[in-house]
Amino acid sequence: MEVELAKNKFKETLFSFKQILPILFGVVMLVSFAVILIPKSFYKFVFIGNNFFDPLFGALFGSVLTGNPITSYIIANELLLSGVSLIAVIAFILAWVTVGVIQFPAESLMLGKRFVLVRNIVSFVSAIIIACLTVLTLSLI
Amino acid sequence: MINKLLEKIEEKWLFLIIVFLMYFVLWLVDSVKFLEVLYYFLNLLKEIIPVLFLVFFLMFISSMIFSSKRVEKLFGKDAGIISWLAAIIGGILSAGPIYVWYPMLSDFKEKGMRNCFITIFLYNRAIKIPLLPIMILYFDVQLIIILTIYMIIFSVINGIIVEKILKLNN
Repeated sequence: MEVELAKNKFKETLFSFKQILPILFGVVMLVSFAVILIPKSFYKFVFIGNNFFDPLFGALFGSVLTGNPITSYIIANELLLSGVSLIAVIAFILAWVTVGVIQFPAESLMLGKRFVLVRNIVSFVSAIIIACLTVLTLSLI
Repeated sequence: MINKLLEKIEEKWLFLIIVFLMYFVLWLVDSVKFLEVLYYFLNLLKEIIPVLFLVFFLMFISSMIFSSKRVEKLFGKDAGIISWLAAIIGGILSAGPIYVWYPMLSDFKEKGMRNCFITIFLYNRAIKIPLLPIMILYFDVQLIIILTIYMIIFSVINGIIVEKILKLNN
């Protein structure tokens, strides 16, 4: 009886998974596309040295871009070395890992468009807030 | 959610076709870049295949253990502190890219998991314990600790906000 149940559950899971594979395949292709076609040097030109706009731009570009988080650390380090503010850099890293514009089609197909839209907007705003709070806390310690 | 997904089968294929078309256009415009993208794609695919197996296994196990009733009880309306902690810790411990976890979350959502817990899980995925040593190479340890604490706190705040906004819209 239990073996039969396990068999059925396995078949159900396999079926669900097969349905999702084209979306996953597509998103991996899209991520690869974005990672290679957006040159790393591009990021430095995004920031203008303004304390208000830089965190916003940081979060904005972190949201649009994608890839391994290690890449975001390397870019963030380069940005810091080239004089970009810490708030902007933290907002950039946070948005990179929490907001997913590239993954949006896949995520909305599986979790619902409205949920994904709201989740991404909230994550975007919180990336800027957390960046400000982190730098403020660091300055107080 | 999975059932809804099945209804959207055309949308799913359309998405893949658009991406294939983008690759095709790139091949026409710049074949060297196309090969670079293809090489990156194959490497990425190689990286995520083990995680996909893990997700498949977890989906299978969870379908055996978590009935709709149990998911509803654990991550539904009457969720307790354990549920919040489970979403936070689950998010932190989950490996691989974010998108490989969508199928499992979609399945849990269909069984009654609240949007706030999905949000918390996805937000905490940004905390990568295996990558901490690499992060320390580039940033101050103090900064990493403060950032991680804020991320955990905000994952919960975000979860509550997302759920409230979605309820308002309903």
